[in-house]
Amino acid sequence: MLPLVTLQLVVALLAPAAIRSWGRRTFVALAAAPAAALVWALAQASAVFGGGEMPIERIAWASTIGLNLDFRLDALSWLMVVIVSGIGVLVLLYCSAYFSADSSNLGRFGGVFVAFVGAMLGLVTADNTLLLFVFWELTTVFSYLLIGHYFDRKASRRAAMQAIIVTTLGGLAMLLGLVMLATAAGTYSLSGLLSAPPTGPEVEVAVVLVLLGAVTKSALVPFHFWLPAAMAAPTPVSAYLHAAAMVKAGVYLVARFAPGFSDLTAWRWPVLVLGSATMLVGGYRSLRQHDLKLLLAFGTVSQLGLMIVLVGFGSRAVALGGLALVAAHAMFKASLFLVVGVIDDAAGTRDLRELSHLARRLPYAATAAALATASMVGLVPFAGYVAKEAALEGLWHDGDAVGVAIFVVVVIGSVLTLAYGLRFWWGAFGNKPASAGVQQLNPERPGLLLLGPPGVLALGGLAVGLAPAGLERVLAPHADLYPHGEAGHLVLWAGLGAPAVGTLVVLLGGAALFAARHRVERVQASAPAVPDADLAYRRSMRRLDAAAAAITGATQRGSLPAYLAVILTVTVAFAVSTTAVGGIGSPSVRLWDTPVQLVLALFVAVAAILAVRARRRLKAVLLAGAVGYGIAALFVVQGAPDLALTQVLVETVTLVVFVLVLRRLPAYFSNRPLAGSRWWRAALGLVVGIVVSGLAILAPAARIHVPISVDFPDQAYTYGHGKNIVNVTLVDIRAWDTMGEIAVILVAATGVASLVFLRTRMRAIDRVRDLTPETAAAVWAGGPDPTAVLRRGRPGGAEPGPGRNREWLTGGASLAPHRRSVIFEVATRLVFHTMLAFALFLLFAGHNAPGGGFAAGLVAGIALTVRYLAGGRYELGEAVPVHPGLLLGTGLFLSVGAGLVPLAFGGAMLQSALIEIDGGPLGTIKLVTALFFDIGVFLVVLGLVLDVLRTLGGEVDRQGEVEGRAVPDVAYDSPIVTVDDAEPTIELPAQAGEVRP
Amino acid sequence: MTAVPANLVLVLLIGVLFGTGVYLLLERSLSRVLVGVTLIGNGANLLLLVAGGAAGGPPLVGSGPEDEMADPLPQALVLTAIVITLGLSAFLLAMAFRSWQLHGHDEVQDDLEDRRIARRVARGLLAPNELDDIGASLAQDAAEARDETEHSDQRNDLDDTFVSPGLFPHRLPGPQHRSPLTSSDEEERR
Repeated sequence: MLPLVTLQLVVALLAPAAIRSWGRRTFVALAAAPAAALVWALAQASAVFGGGEMPIERIAWASTIGLNLDFRLDALSWLMVVIVSGIGVLVLLYCSAYFSADSSNLGRFGGVFVAFVGAMLGLVTADNTLLLFVFWELTTVFSYLLIGHYFDRKASRRAAMQAIIVTTLGGLAMLLGLVMLATAAGTYSLSGLLSAPPTGPEVEVAVVLVLLGAVTKSALVPFHFWLPAAMAAPTPVSAYLHAAAMVKAGVYLVARFAPGFSDLTAWRWPVLVLGSATMLVGGYRSLRQHDLKLLLAFGTVSQLGLMIVLVGFGSRAVALGGLALVAAHAMFKASLFLVVGVIDDAAGTRDLRELSHLARRLPYAATAAALATASMVGLVPFAGYVAKEAALEGLWHDGDAVGVAIFVVVVIGSVLTLAYGLRFWWGAFGNKPASAGVQQLNPERPGLLLLGPPGVLALGGLAVGLAPAGLERVLAPHADLYPHGEAGHLVLWAGLGAPAVGTLVVLLGGAALFAARHRVERVQASAPAVPDADLAYRRSMRRLDAAAAAITGATQRGSLPAYLAVILTVTVAFAVSTTAVGGIGSPSVRLWDTPVQLVLALFVAVAAILAVRARRRLKAVLLAGAVGYGIAALFVVQGAPDLALTQVLVETVTLVVFVLVLRRLPAYFSNRPLAGSRWWRAALGLVVGIVVSGLAILAPAARIHVPISVDFPDQAYTYGHGKNIVNVTLVDIRAWDTMGEIAVILVAATGVASLVFLRTRMRAIDRVRDLTPETAAAVWAGGPDPTAVLRRGRPGGAEPGPGRNREWLTGGASLAPHRRSVIFEVATRLVFHTMLAFALFLLFAGHNAPGGGFAAGLVAGIALTVRYLAGGRYELGEAVPVHPGLLLGTGLFLSVGAGLVPLAFGGAMLQSALIEIDGGPLGTIKLVTALFFDIGVFLVVLGLVLDVLRTLGGEVDRQGEVEGRAVPDVAYDSPIVTVDDAEPTIELPAQAGEVRP
Repeated sequence: MTAVPANLVLVLLIGVLFGTGVYLLLERSLSRVLVGVTLIGNGANLLLLVAGGAAGGPPLVGSGPEDEMADPLPQALVLTAIVITLGLSAFLLAMAFRSWQLHGHDEVQDDLEDRRIARRVARGLLAPNELDDIGASLAQDAAEARDETEHSDQRNDLDDTFVSPGLFPHRLPGPQHRSPLTSSDEEERR
């Protein structure tokens, strides 16, 4: 059974492409998938009905939660498989002719439809309650997609949404009920649960919850409204949905659970009351519909109520009639919907007030519809008659008051059925007096693929009705599982008795109701409006939306400070309340480790407070940098040389990046004169500071176990082959963290680039060879050169001789002359390679001494920063002529790759190994494989710095040049308002011509 | 010995860093927010170290007795945090720059859309007629629901006239069809 379900899903995946290439005829090929299931089921018939072992499949899946791929094919499942796959085949064949060749989204439709078949097959064969639920929800999702097939129509979307909300509501309740049942029974196996049904009050609750699933799925009152609305789906979907799938899942569930639970009060009353009400409501409303599909849809609602009552009643004879009705209904309802599709296609309308004289124009369709209608209303000798007769007989035979009451309800329901059945056929094919609405139609003959499926189904109803013994043989094994009553029989003539009287009443009453159809319509129209479930649903949805809008309006104020304040307040409240509840233990403090800490802490604290008070951006940034350097010094005292090293490097890079951006931003923070806001912010800051301080006192005292890191020195040396424990922790012990972190860095670098480059950062890298006379000496020009006069007559144009007069930095040629500094360029040239060598040293030594990939990457990044500051973006391009993305990607690839290699040698991911190489005169070289991981880290960090330089440095420069907007001189950042301040005063430099001689 | 007394000087410094950081975090200028973030970050790093225990020797095997070493685990955590802060700072700065490009300043404005929703809720303007879940009755919907079959195409799509008579000769004398009251597209536009 799993292979069959898988087959459907695989075909479903292939369907879209196939339909796109071969068109709508592909549906014929798609029908092979359910056909395979049908053939398989027929082949299994001897095993299922032979009295031997049922076909079973058991595959462990998520056994710890009891979810296993268990399947079992018993008589009920067999019946459902035949219905689901047989009607699936016919509907798919019908589809191949029904849709126009260029229908929209036909590929998706085909795929979803076959997947829907697969989900239904899984649902009816699953022998695990959780698996049943999985398929249950899958049918919900697929039916949602099918109902909403025309997603560009409002009505379609609404119907689909309604269906999924209603059925998912029931599905969730059902899941809860199934879990409760499994807990009570001690097994998730469906057959195990039903062979020894648990009892107790919680079982009653669970049964109600499971029934809620069936009630919503099968569109019983008060959830019946979603099914008529679902007629927005294409007609073949409606046929399948109403006859074989989805709503039949609810009936299946009731039939499945009834043998075990139908004695419970919590089962009996909901099933009987809701089923009876649904039967009457559906039939009553059907009498008034003018749209043929709607008429049939309300008819289905009525029939569903009848089926649920019969299979849920709990006695064998009634159940036999109910199961026969399931089979009969599958055939006649599918047939009728398909005929409506033929009419709709041929006549262009489904409104029975406009259709006339179609019996002569569409004789085959009319015949098929007549046969199917006869089965639906229960005429001799059709399947529907046999089923209803057996049910009436069983109900009457049981003789108790409930049985008789249901008998009466079924008779009334059947009267309605006969009336709307006749009205359907008359409406579709009958001759109507010529009046305004009626159209003279002259449709052409539909083809075999359109008429065949409904014809086969209609004849099937007749065949089964003529030979009821065969059907009884299929249904009896399941009906016999029911606890009460004698076994019933399916016969064409049961003799004179109450059922025969009932049938007579049905025939007379139904005919009378049909004869008075116009009056019935008028009466219904003038009847006082009853509470409409559909309306109630819509209202509650609207209320939900309104509530959501109100909550959004009340909580989403759109102010970042407000959000942050809420978050911080909650944090404080949480910390304080948990401490108050949990006690504070026995914290103790000491003054300091060494007095140096006091000095450094004072320095940092003062810098932090000054940074808060600073009004100039640059001042605030420099003070924040001072805080960082102070913290680095504290790290040294704390015994963390790696941290100190990294902190100093990061602080340096951060400062540079800050200044690069500050070139553009106004020199001063804008004034925020609201003193009140300042006070509450200060108060919140004070509270947070105090609370965090308290946490800092409590946290060390809260430790009750020996630190996990107590073994790190040993492990680092033995397994990580390194002496620097922090570095080994990063690249080995907790390498997963590091891998996640460099991924974050990669994302951050990409984000920076995308914010500034806006379109693509793969713009060509600016190289010195690209310089033209126009672009040379233009970077950082910043207006006219005030010292140009001093440079007049400089022999800049002369070509230097070979090996002589060469530039210290080639990129310097791109800078505006007054921006160049000989000392800086020479110094850069001298230290750059030294810095790179130092970076490599840190990288390789980092495993045993302070250093490592992070520090090395930062040092190399600072070396690049120096090149950029000395020679501009062209110089940077010369230094690293590749895109930063390459470095980032290679780095992450190396780290992940290096982590994966041990898997090939049977190790764990990210495991380290020691490789010793005999280096000859160099001695033995010990190579730890974690080094490759660290090289990856190095490249990612270097890539981040390079990306930032290229973006916030080079690209910002370039954009400024393109816009003709000069970069203001940060060094001369004066309190005078400049063009780049928040509200620029147009005061362009006017001294341009004055310097020129 | 598992619990250690907390270092009071560092505890107070953590308080100062968090306090000042929060004050700046609640500002509207992005660069101030960023300074606040770095201050809080420094405070959080110190908090990790303080929680990890007292100062000690550098965690390098062989550089001193192991029981006098500082705890290496919080150090490793802090090291990653420091570098992450660099990435975060760069990103916030790029945002500040972008904000300056777009608005001429780097202040975080209130989200106007949020305000608009709040205002419309207050005035009761979020009317349900903007939602899918209102509208025609079942029968009206049914009258407009048509499938895309061979003939519906000929009826509905005037553009779609490429049905060659050679291919479907028997279908050409199309019946006089009722045109749908409104097509779904028109309904959408409405």
